[in-house]
Amino acid sequence: MKILDYMKDNFLFLDGGMGTLLQEAGLKPGEYPERWNIERPEEIIRIQKSYYDAGSNVVLSNTFGANILKFEEEELREIIFAAIKNAREAAKRSTGTQEKFVAMDIGPLGKLLKPYGDYEFDDAVKAYALSAKIGTEAGADLIFIETMNDSYDTKAALLAAKENSDLPVFVSNAYGSDGKLMTGADPKAMVAMLEGMHADAIGANCSLGPDQLVGVMEDYLKYASVPVLLKPNAGLPRSENGKTVYDVFPEEFSQSVAKLLEKGVRITGGCCGTTPDFIKAVVEKAKDITPVPVTDKNLSLVSSYTHAVEFGPSPILIGERINPTGKKRFQQALREHDIDYILGEGLKQQDAGVQLLDVNVGLPDIDEVEMLRTSVLELQAVTDLPLQIDTTDVVAMEEALRCYNGKAMVNSVNGKEEVMEAVFPLVAKYGGFVVALTLDEGGIPTNSADRVAIAKKIIKKAAEYGIAKKDLIFDPLAMTISADTNAGIATMEAVKGITNELHAHTSLGISNVSFGLPERNIVTSTFFALCLQEGLSAAIMNPYAREMMNVYFAFRALHGLDDNCVDYINYASNLPKVETVATAGAGANAGAGAGGTGAGATGAADISELQNAIVRGLKDKAGLITKEQLGSKDALDIVKDEVIPALNIVGEGFEKKTVYLPQLLMAAEAAKASFEEIKKAMAGSEDAGPSRCAFVIATVHGDIHDIGKNIVKLILENYGYAVTDLGKDVPPEVIVDKVIEIHAPVVGLSALMTTTVPAMEETIKLLREKAPWAKVCVGGAVLNEEYAAKIGADMYCKDAMETVRYVEQLEREM
Amino acid sequence: MSIENSIKEIEMMEEGFLLPVYMEYKAPNVNFKEMLRYSGLPIKAAGDAARAYANGEDFPEKALVEETLKLIDKELQFKVGFIIGRLKWDEEGYPILPFKQHSESLKSNLEKCGTVILMASTIGAGIDKLIRRYERTNPALGMFMQGLGAERVESLTDTFNKEVHEAAAKMGYKDHARFSPGFGDVPISVQKEFLDSLDAGRRMGILLNESYLMSPSKSVTAIIGLERI
Repeated sequence: MKILDYMKDNFLFLDGGMGTLLQEAGLKPGEYPERWNIERPEEIIRIQKSYYDAGSNVVLSNTFGANILKFEEEELREIIFAAIKNAREAAKRSTGTQEKFVAMDIGPLGKLLKPYGDYEFDDAVKAYALSAKIGTEAGADLIFIETMNDSYDTKAALLAAKENSDLPVFVSNAYGSDGKLMTGADPKAMVAMLEGMHADAIGANCSLGPDQLVGVMEDYLKYASVPVLLKPNAGLPRSENGKTVYDVFPEEFSQSVAKLLEKGVRITGGCCGTTPDFIKAVVEKAKDITPVPVTDKNLSLVSSYTHAVEFGPSPILIGERINPTGKKRFQQALREHDIDYILGEGLKQQDAGVQLLDVNVGLPDIDEVEMLRTSVLELQAVTDLPLQIDTTDVVAMEEALRCYNGKAMVNSVNGKEEVMEAVFPLVAKYGGFVVALTLDEGGIPTNSADRVAIAKKIIKKAAEYGIAKKDLIFDPLAMTISADTNAGIATMEAVKGITNELHAHTSLGISNVSFGLPERNIVTSTFFALCLQEGLSAAIMNPYAREMMNVYFAFRALHGLDDNCVDYINYASNLPKVETVATAGAGANAGAGAGGTGAGATGAADISELQNAIVRGLKDKAGLITKEQLGSKDALDIVKDEVIPALNIVGEGFEKKTVYLPQLLMAAEAAKASFEEIKKAMAGSEDAGPSRCAFVIATVHGDIHDIGKNIVKLILENYGYAVTDLGKDVPPEVIVDKVIEIHAPVVGLSALMTTTVPAMEETIKLLREKAPWAKVCVGGAVLNEEYAAKIGADMYCKDAMETVRYVEQLEREM
Repeated sequence: MSIENSIKEIEMMEEGFLLPVYMEYKAPNVNFKEMLRYSGLPIKAAGDAARAYANGEDFPEKALVEETLKLIDKELQFKVGFIIGRLKWDEEGYPILPFKQHSESLKSNLEKCGTVILMASTIGAGIDKLIRRYERTNPALGMFMQGLGAERVESLTDTFNKEVHEAAAKMGYKDHARFSPGFGDVPISVQKEFLDSLDAGRRMGILLNESYLMSPSKSVTAIIGLERI
């Protein structure tokens, strides 16, 4: 019988702990247990047989750490083949009469993926792929991915299994006592991602005992539509006379597990500290329990690496600001590969209260595949909001979905056959909650009935790919009423039709409705309210528009979606007293800006208001004054007469040690706010803005420290230099190629550790060879003047200000 | 309490190490001077600012300090894991530890010690997420988060170290100054075996990258020698 068939009507019993039993059998600390598959097969078979004898249906192969990072490929093959063979032999020898299966066990690689660590997601997929492939060839009945404590790592392993095997895949995570994975994911987030990628069973193992995992299990049972598994430790370990002992024994353990079986857990066994006696006790207790059927919870979920967002009944706000359409400043940022600008837009919208971020970085003249991938990676490193991947380029969509850490929202598919055939396979593979536009080969229907009909057609086609209606959200398209005054009504009716007839979710790019009209927010927010009343589930919207947020909070309060109106009251009490144009992203970073530096920096007596704002690090004020001045003053004059002199005051203070680093940074941020206004005013004009000589900066290969580098970059940008930041851990060739590409006259390299200085030296050598014109300055904790000279650098710069002074000097010499 | 018990247990053994013990702590009090120093202020300025903060007076970085404290509230965990063992010496006179080394520094640091503790502490990955975020969008605030994170893990480590000191004194030992991989002639590459001996990856979420740096970044490993007096 196939395992998935067997599971339909029966509890599935797994095995218990392996490590402690191997130690008892003589495994030495530091010795790889996986090698025992070959060296001591009889010991492995004996232990595994004892689990089958105790009643386990599934025994995991002794391959927890069998991966290419630990073993050469040839040995890895031998180990995995031997491990599967041993487990099979154990099943054969066992006297148990139950159905028996062998699982290919896959544990974590023990590498921390970016952005927490330095290991690439793609490399992790490759490593897991090999183990999954060999395990499948060796004849396992299923793949069991376990003890994963990071959601991204879990995704890598599951993706690898799915791409390299047709076997069923079970996925089990290790939760901490806070009910979350080490990198922050809660059970609901894991359910969303793993079900989206079609794991066959999901749950938790290791780290805690059954009683401590009750909360985690209850969440799984509440949200999961696939069988839930539990493989806990025998309580918590402690040391007694030099031996690990666990505080839960078979009887108590099986009682706790039985309670969870009654609640709906379908697959169970034990992890660290459990023995065949534990499994026997559990099997015995389960005889009196009828398995709870697994039901479809019919939830519409998207997730990030920390949490899930559920659609319905409360409306969901999706920030629309990461999108170049009609935004000159954003287009400029994309062309300049200014990721920080994109991140800023994302974080500002998060502060403004959206639950998801739409990410659209498509422009005709940029490499959208690379840009979208980079944006997704960088955004998910700084924000925990789920993302909506917004692109019409299927290659870009796939790359983004692949590297996304969670279950993404996908924008979009539509009723055109060709589009559905391109998009649905990606959603089926990577998981996703898909926006489906109600248009097809015939264009956008003007009436609502035809839009509903297209939605029906899309539901049917999606089902062919195994994508359920709960993973679709329809966008019946908000058209501008200034072109057709009936457009608003048609859209509202379509929302109503899809909600009531199809019982499906709807979303709108809501701002379109008011295009071409004055005071657009009035129309857009009213339309938003009307659509919400018809059942709209989500809107892609501008969270900086107060009117929109008013509608959102009031609607939730009026519809009983806001207990005791707490959210509304909280929102209302934080509204500014005086009406101002709400564009600044309410409250973002206000706290730090409010400080002001003052002491030490204001040596110069009479300085202008703008200079004062910059010197004191008041970033909102600096931006505001600049905006005012731009009406009457030339942008470049503001830079020359105001910003640079202010920076010099702070910079000199820093050099004289009357100003410290935090104040320098605050002033730099204030200057940046001023530059932002100037850039906005100049975006799109012929003059690309104030720019001095080009500077390429990077943290060298092998080094992941970039605080120092980021400070130098910020200060250089303040002084008007065109800084290209290549990031951290950058290989020499990449740096050299960039320097050649833009013919940069000066390069800054940073290294914090002695171990990465050779990489710096290598980079300098390659620069001398391929880009001999470039001057190289270096900095970082381990360097000094002497060391810098030794590795061939032109200059050692102690800090950001020294770097500025050096580049100024080079400019004068040029 | 568990440290004292561990010392009692190890006294009954001739050689080897006990299994790791893991503990969770409450947040130690914030040492503002240290925090400000780690945030880029010179020692004297840090001292002045910390005094001003304690007295409720204004100082230039006050808003930053308050914002930092507010943002990291609830993001931190305070975990310590340790193993205790009997210390043996090889023929050349170097200490035999769960990580291989031929270190003069450790030889002299652990001189006369018959027992050692290997410890790791971490405040968790939450703060790294915040640091990554604010480094990009508000570098001054990012700097202060770095500073507070460094102070937090140091204070946690000090808390544990103090408990070791007290337990040791009670049991008739003198604890030697704690010593971390990377000090003196001990290369940081020993971190791999060091953390493995504590099962720190699985039990505490502390992992290493290729350059032997720990993640969560605000983590500390150290060895503490106990000398019988």
